[in-house]
Amino acid sequence: MAALTLGAVEYVGRSKALKRFIATDSFFRYLTRAAAILVLGVLLGVFVSLAIGAWPAFHAFGLDFLTSQSWNPVTEKFGALAPIYGTIVTSLIAMLIAVPVGVGIAIFLTELCPYLLRRPIAIAIELLAGIPSIIYGIWGLFVLAPFLQQHVQPGLIEFFSGVPGFNQFFAGPPYGIGIFTAGLILAIMVIPFISSIARDVFETTPAVLKESAYAVGCTTWEVIWSVVLPYTRAGVLGGVMLGLGRALGETMAVTFVIGNAHKIAASILAPGTTISATIANEFTEAVGDLYTSSLIALGFILFVITFIVLAIARYMLSRLDRRAGVA
Amino acid sequence: MDRYSRRLARNKMWLSLSIGAAAFGLFWLAAILSTLVWNGLAGLSLSVFTEMTPPPGSAGGLLNPIVGSLILTTLAVVIGTPIGILAGTYMAEYGRYDRITYIIRFINDILLSAPSIIIGLFIYEILVVPMGHFSGFAGSIALGVIVIPVVVRTTEDMLLLVPNQMREAAAAIGAPQWFVISRVTYRAARTGIITGVLLAIARISGETAPLLFTALNNQFWSVNLNAPMPSLPVVIFQFALSPYEDWQRLAWTGALIITAAVLTLSILARALASKGVEQ
Repeated sequence: MAALTLGAVEYVGRSKALKRFIATDSFFRYLTRAAAILVLGVLLGVFVSLAIGAWPAFHAFGLDFLTSQSWNPVTEKFGALAPIYGTIVTSLIAMLIAVPVGVGIAIFLTELCPYLLRRPIAIAIELLAGIPSIIYGIWGLFVLAPFLQQHVQPGLIEFFSGVPGFNQFFAGPPYGIGIFTAGLILAIMVIPFISSIARDVFETTPAVLKESAYAVGCTTWEVIWSVVLPYTRAGVLGGVMLGLGRALGETMAVTFVIGNAHKIAASILAPGTTISATIANEFTEAVGDLYTSSLIALGFILFVITFIVLAIARYMLSRLDRRAGVA
Repeated sequence: MDRYSRRLARNKMWLSLSIGAAAFGLFWLAAILSTLVWNGLAGLSLSVFTEMTPPPGSAGGLLNPIVGSLILTTLAVVIGTPIGILAGTYMAEYGRYDRITYIIRFINDILLSAPSIIIGLFIYEILVVPMGHFSGFAGSIALGVIVIPVVVRTTEDMLLLVPNQMREAAAAIGAPQWFVISRVTYRAARTGIITGVLLAIARISGETAPLLFTALNNQFWSVNLNAPMPSLPVVIFQFALSPYEDWQRLAWTGALIITAAVLTLSILARALASKGVEQ
């Protein structure tokens, strides 16, 4: 095919063909360039359109929007504090569980697992990352929440009731749904992300480094702690931030189990809400421009937060790429 | 206890903890998949694929949301893939050493993991508000926007894997750059690019959040792109949160169908990817 087209060139004359080639080439160059710039345009478009949509709310409430807890569609008083609080606390719970477990899985896969099992287990964990979030949500609602309500939360409440300082965090009736359950679901979702990135960066550790450590008599754990982890610190941190970005913005899994209550309770067992769950639950039912605008303002805040977190994550990971490229 | 056995004990403790972590991770995978298969199979029958979504309290199927999801996904891929491949081509071929390529790569990676509900809000602002109503068209654009970064990333990665000698050989016999790209590098990286498209389909087929306020939902048969369109994830969302048992059963069945589709696509993509770049 290629030869045929090039052969036809002789027919139409060299200069004419050359002109056509140059024209096609610059057309193709500008076409691809336009598509590439469109990617930038999407991000800019998201930013600008959300900012415009959020303007009425920011204009009406000013900085109070960030510090007020009230969320009252009837009197049209809106504040973002409860959803922001819920977003941060659920993500924090998720990271507290997911970071040690995810890194532990990566250590298991790179240093301990028998060769035969490495690929299957790694694939299984990555498949867990591909399952749509709505599946986690429906599972959380019908399986995890009732289980926690009956078997875990009563125990937690009783255990912490005598511990001063902690009792208020685990107080109240066991609802099943709430901040704690949402954090747990997020943890399960984020674990595969963290572990697959941590595994990738662990494998960039040069074998020579590890072998020298073993040669001077280090145990496996000492090699991991003093050689592998320091060498891959930036990459692991990048993976953690990527997981955090995912946890902050996750919508469906949280919406099912958070309880959608616009209040800040001291107890993490109480229902709450997150930014994304509020938008998902209320957006199509929002009447009045100020209500809609407040929800878009929530989206804008979420976008800014996740953008910063993801930018840090990518910066960390790109530093690692560069070093791997040099080595 | 001397120092040596203390070190050994510490080694043993941490290694057991990491084995425990792996068991913990696999436990959730098993727990989720088993309840999903158990509850989903209970409601799986031929009528799921041949009947419309029922009103509460009666039997029915998921035909209209399944068709809706297929239409939305197909259209999203048709919109997102060409843009993604062209952008990836620029980054790997024409503009490989451009400053702008570094910026686009950074931004693209952020878009790749940006919350999908934000994309839904964006499309709501630029399409649903001006049009004045929800539509399948807006839903597929929202999904298309999610397709783009996935395809950009894999296309660029795969094109960068194509050995430069192939480009040089083609250029040496006088082929212009567009000819080299379309006839040589695209062919060499074809499998990898297809993998990216499959991954993108897997990604969007379970997306719910961006559809909630773009395509909305529809209780009835609708293939009109200018009207609200039902989709499997949104129907699952609505049915699972309803108090009706028939609806909840259908939600589980729908969840099983989606998961099966997503897992099949990911495994297919993985099988293709392991073949890598043809050289």
